[in-house]
Amino acid sequence: MHIQPILAALRRHKAGTVLIALQIALTLAIVCNALFIINQRLAHIDEPSGVDEANLFVIANQWGEQYSTQEAVERIEQDLVTLRQLPGVQDVTSSNNYPIRGISNDNFITMTPDQRAPTSDAAYYMGDANFVRTLGLKLIAGRDFRPEEVQNQGLRQTVDPSVAIISKAMATKLFPNSDALGKHFYAMTPNPITVIGIVDVLHRGDVSTWSAPYIGESMIVPVRPADPYGIYYIVRTKPGQLAAAMRAAPKALYAENRMRMIDPKDGLLSFAQVRHRAFESDRGMAILMSIICIVLLAITAAGIIGLTSFWVGQRRRQIGVRRALGATHRDIMQYFMTENLLISLGGLAIGVVLAFGLNLWLHIHLELKVLPLTYVLGGTVILLLLGQGAVFAPALRASRVPPIEATRPA
Amino acid sequence: MFAYYLRLGWRSLRRNPLLTALMVFAIGVGVAASATTFAVFHAASGNPLPDKSAQLFVPQIDIWGPASRSAGRDLPDALSYPDAMALMRDHKAARQTAIYPMASTAIPQDPTREPFAVNGYAAYADFFPMFEAPFLYGNGWNASQDEAHAGVVVISRALNQQLFGGANSVGRTIRLDDHDYRVVGVLDEWNPRPRFYDVNNSDGFSDPPDFFVPFTRAIDLQTETNGNSNCYGSAGRDAGWKGWIQSDCVWVSFWAELPNRAAVTAYHDYLMAYASEQQRVGRFHWAPFVQLHDLMQWLDYEKVVPPETRISMLLSLGFLLVCLVNTVGLLLAKFMRRAAEIGVRRALGASRREIWLQYLAEALMIGVAGGVVGLVLTGVGMLGIGLVFDPDIARLARMSPSVIGLTLLTAVVTTLAAALYPTWRAARVQPAWQLKAN
Repeated sequence: MHIQPILAALRRHKAGTVLIALQIALTLAIVCNALFIINQRLAHIDEPSGVDEANLFVIANQWGEQYSTQEAVERIEQDLVTLRQLPGVQDVTSSNNYPIRGISNDNFITMTPDQRAPTSDAAYYMGDANFVRTLGLKLIAGRDFRPEEVQNQGLRQTVDPSVAIISKAMATKLFPNSDALGKHFYAMTPNPITVIGIVDVLHRGDVSTWSAPYIGESMIVPVRPADPYGIYYIVRTKPGQLAAAMRAAPKALYAENRMRMIDPKDGLLSFAQVRHRAFESDRGMAILMSIICIVLLAITAAGIIGLTSFWVGQRRRQIGVRRALGATHRDIMQYFMTENLLISLGGLAIGVVLAFGLNLWLHIHLELKVLPLTYVLGGTVILLLLGQGAVFAPALRASRVPPIEATRPA
Repeated sequence: MFAYYLRLGWRSLRRNPLLTALMVFAIGVGVAASATTFAVFHAASGNPLPDKSAQLFVPQIDIWGPASRSAGRDLPDALSYPDAMALMRDHKAARQTAIYPMASTAIPQDPTREPFAVNGYAAYADFFPMFEAPFLYGNGWNASQDEAHAGVVVISRALNQQLFGGANSVGRTIRLDDHDYRVVGVLDEWNPRPRFYDVNNSDGFSDPPDFFVPFTRAIDLQTETNGNSNCYGSAGRDAGWKGWIQSDCVWVSFWAELPNRAAVTAYHDYLMAYASEQQRVGRFHWAPFVQLHDLMQWLDYEKVVPPETRISMLLSLGFLLVCLVNTVGLLLAKFMRRAAEIGVRRALGASRREIWLQYLAEALMIGVAGGVVGLVLTGVGMLGIGLVFDPDIARLARMSPSVIGLTLLTAVVTTLAAALYPTWRAARVQPAWQLKAN
């Protein structure tokens, strides 16, 4: 195929050529960035929590009366017994927070008491001796808490834990070159905390972008929050019995003590719901970007079809002449396919620049990460195929123009 | 003549129904995507108090020192209790209030009704006039009641409905947690979006608060904050409530009303003097550093508009741009196909102006049709918007008359703009050349 005559012909259709190229360029810029956003959001949504999500539910229990620390401890223990006795319930624990709730309780972590810039900002879970087991965390080193280690922390009391179980991510951050077990750190506490156990994965309470540098860095201290406001009960059920236990739990709790509030909106959540809520905006963004990508590609394809069809209609006579002079179906077909390829390549060259330009803008103003080259390459291939696919039908129609057209007036 | 051009346009558009449908659809989709995302952006970025926002300011004080900002962190976005109290005492602004959010349990007087959770704020008397809160019954409390640590409360219209069936409840008593409060005022519907005075604690779009009580009273009762509290550094503090309120933990919001430029400068100077004094007495070991943001700057500083909203709007506008380039191309093809027809019209005496009118009329029809399709799609978009954006924000975006007007106007204006070049080309057709070619 000779490119020279195609270029010569394109020079006579400058406006149309430029418009298609521009459309392809803009589409590439938007689609690359949108695909990148989709991929990032999906990766975020898939972040592991480390807990046995299929069999867990959470109750946000608020008290209707103000209890002293001792009263609160008694109520909590009573509630835990009530929940544990429910059919289908395997284990129960209480905590100040749970993974991917959307909000973190976090403490700055330092290696010495007077260190100013913190080493980490770890999620801070208060758990009892059932916490690790109930959540289904995988203890990969050391031991779990012993019941006698667990201290009660009333409102405004500061309990100073001496031991902690930390996540592997946190262990690696704090002690990159050695085994964390048995070592010490400070979590805004006056005395050192000893690492007695390491769990494989334990997500933070929040899923925000600010905590991205500390992702997966969590610690559990043997403390039971016994403040008069409320507490989270985390319940693990036997496989397949989640729904039944979720229905029974609030009834049993209210029957035992009426002076409590379990918010009808979000007081009782299965972990599937927790995950759904946590990543709502990410999922929304992925959906929106997907819609934009698909519709955009469809419109670009339709635009190419429209303009090429017009050109084919305009050049019927010239095609007829070429056919009469011996050009095959194939030659005509190839002519239009190559023409589109040339325009596409031109458009894509501009598009690559635009894609990085748009990404730079998003990076500076909206904290999007830098676009990897693979997305641009992927987008380029998609648009090349799209262009060739779109031009196929008009090109086929062009190749069917009979040589007799040469003799007809335009 | 224009009506005739519209008829001509209609005929021409019917000649290639597929091409026409494509143009109309492209414009409709582009406009709808832009209108929907813009409605959300607009809802999230609106000015909640337009007539007053330039006079309301949030002070920030560098109480943790430059080391606390080493990792790119900012100044704390709230004050510690001692600093907030010092600013209240000094009373350097026309009006000022310290605020913090609290969660309580409302205990109905009827013992058969279960207690329920309510949310509110502890604030000073200036809060209500400063933020122009409208009252249905009664009024806010006054400054002397602040000083007296009075057990009074202002409740929302919704809570008044729930507890008193909507009657004038001024003078009656409600029970929050274990304490009784006398109602002094009932607010009318009042829910500024975003809730600017609480954006350092919440997204600013959650349900409106149920009650307000005097800050001094809330502190007396050792009421916890229901918002954020941030403590920096590992140095311990004294145990209990006393240790908590004396600490350098930040959890108190502070707003000052500064009516003019001079007042703003004076207040900034005052804050600097305050920070210098703290340095002099040995509390701060660094050069004084303070900031003063007005309401809109504060919303920006707190990133109240989620990045998702901006990215979506930006990409939707890019999307509209592609749709327009697409339309330019298709219109060009469509118009130039009729070069011969234009030649004949020109030869028969039509001026360039007439050609312009004829083809812009055709584009206008596409624009209007695109606008209608856009409206329908925007309606669909508004229904599905809760899936994509934060539901609290998404429910603010509605098919208001301004959204409808904007959608139609955008469709028509952009289509006419897209038609300029193709029409210019059409008007430049040389009659002689066209006639000769035939």
